[in-house]
Amino acid sequence: MKPDATRERTGPRVPPLARFLVRRVLLAVLMAWGITLVTFVLTNLVPGDPVAANLGQRALGDPAIVAQWRAEHGLDKPLWQQYVLHLQGLLHGDFGTSQQSHRPVADDLAEFVPATLELAGAAILVSLVLGVAFGVVAALRRDRLADHTLRVVSLIGISVPTFWLALMAFYVFFYRLQITPGSGRVDVALGMAPPVTGLQTVDALLAGRWDIFASAAGHLVTPALVLALYTIGLLTRFTRSAVLEVLGQDYVRAARAKGLPGRVILFRYVLRSALVPIITVAGLAFGSLLSGTVLVEAIFAWPGIGQYAYKSATTLDLPAVMGVGLVVGVVYLAINLVVDVLYGVIDPRVRLQ
Amino acid sequence: MTALDIAGLKVTIAGRDVLRGVDLRLEPGKVHGLAGESGSGKTMTGLAVLGLLPHGSRATGAIRLGGRDLLTLPPKELNKVRGGEVAMVFQDPATSLHPMLTVGRQLTEHMRHHLGLGKAEARARAVELLGKVRIPGAEEAYRRYPHQFSGGMRQRIAIAVALACSPKVLIADEPTTALDVTVQAGVLRLLRGLCDELGLAVLLVTHDLGVMSAVADEVSVMKDGLVVESGPRVQVLRTPEHPYTRSLLESLPDAEVR
Repeated sequence: MKPDATRERTGPRVPPLARFLVRRVLLAVLMAWGITLVTFVLTNLVPGDPVAANLGQRALGDPAIVAQWRAEHGLDKPLWQQYVLHLQGLLHGDFGTSQQSHRPVADDLAEFVPATLELAGAAILVSLVLGVAFGVVAALRRDRLADHTLRVVSLIGISVPTFWLALMAFYVFFYRLQITPGSGRVDVALGMAPPVTGLQTVDALLAGRWDIFASAAGHLVTPALVLALYTIGLLTRFTRSAVLEVLGQDYVRAARAKGLPGRVILFRYVLRSALVPIITVAGLAFGSLLSGTVLVEAIFAWPGIGQYAYKSATTLDLPAVMGVGLVVGVVYLAINLVVDVLYGVIDPRVRLQ
Repeated sequence: MTALDIAGLKVTIAGRDVLRGVDLRLEPGKVHGLAGESGSGKTMTGLAVLGLLPHGSRATGAIRLGGRDLLTLPPKELNKVRGGEVAMVFQDPATSLHPMLTVGRQLTEHMRHHLGLGKAEARARAVELLGKVRIPGAEEAYRRYPHQFSGGMRQRIAIAVALACSPKVLIADEPTTALDVTVQAGVLRLLRGLCDELGLAVLLVTHDLGVMSAVADEVSVMKDGLVVESGPRVQVLRTPEHPYTRSLLESLPDAEVR
């Protein structure tokens, strides 16, 4: 039997890239379900009683109150039923009710997630642009001053802990030099732009409020740079080695033999190939960048999901913790999906199998 | 008439003498075979013509092409010569074509750059070239990627890429070494045919004297960075004067040469 050969011929003609995309998206959906299972099991495995964390001493002494609280939050049912209810809720956009804020977790997430997306998105953008640019420069100027300088910079970026860097940046630039705004997302006096996307900079532009935009962008710069520094360092190192490897390839020499201008060789021939290892590392690095937001948000009082996660975890607010876990997990998935799709877009050998 | 004249070419890489005074003359419509063992400097001679020597190497002497010396040409002028007047075919077509760019893109980009052709013109010429190097289904092949072709086909595509800007000189560095024996003959016949048809001056670098005897008009033998013997094929291969040439010939299985 040769099922593959026959299926290839009789099946409907779908463009390779589309088929590749559909396969990856289906896989992502399956993994999203896996994430719900893992977040649920992990949060329920954690030692610690949410009842004890949420009720006061007096209430804890009264079995009736404890039982009522447990019933209210569905904690009296068997675990598998709790999971089914949790999953049903998720499908309807219901993440449960926070035991601390007494608000739907979905509302809390809608409030805090955009702030983190703005911070992390800015950091990702900055680290991609600077990391790749630094790496290319280091490779092209190999063993010269620029290369050595960038090596020191990237090593500092990789080895300095984020929390220390955040504290120092806050102390030096805000407290001593007073050249950056302090904590938060915008100047309190200006107020927030009317929410559309939840991203302050974008909302301010949409509302035409240049003063808010300037303030929001100013507040964004320091925490985003602090958050990005590790990824910048990592990407600089990886881009450098990826570019050096491609520069030694036959097809680059062949491109030189064709008399193509240097910039065409760099962008069309070298960077295209080097991007494959670069986006692999970038995808992984962005994952760890997300975990860095917890620290950076705490120090810069950035009202994002990192702070929310911290508060929920310390109060054993299980629905909130699960909500955060789910969101972070899905963001990871999305990043991986983008990386996978980019492989297919960049390299025809991946999509034309 | 001489298309390319290499005179007293010396190359040092990191203090080591790789070429110690090479003289070669390529003539239009003739295939000049350059033989010799690995490390004798054959490939470096080819790379030196295009200014593609590895970093940290120094070349002295002269490489004359149409009244100019390629060794002293400013980089911008040299870039016009590369691909435009002197083109190169590399050893392994699996690595010398970019795996992520279509055949069409790799065939047309330097045409558009050197000859200033428009998209449609370049495309028409590329399809014509693909036909000339006998790629079946040229229109279809234009849109495909190198990995969708066999090794022999890829080398034909690489030859088409080299010929795209109608160069006067073609340097073929071991163009059949990485290919199956069964497709080698086809690629060599193609090179020979193009040389005659287009009046190309071909420098065929090879360690394979069998390949040499099949297509070369002139043969030069290199050893340790020097040309030890040079002349018409029949003379060099039948009545070798230099002991090294003789030992090369004797090391062959019988009756393959001549």
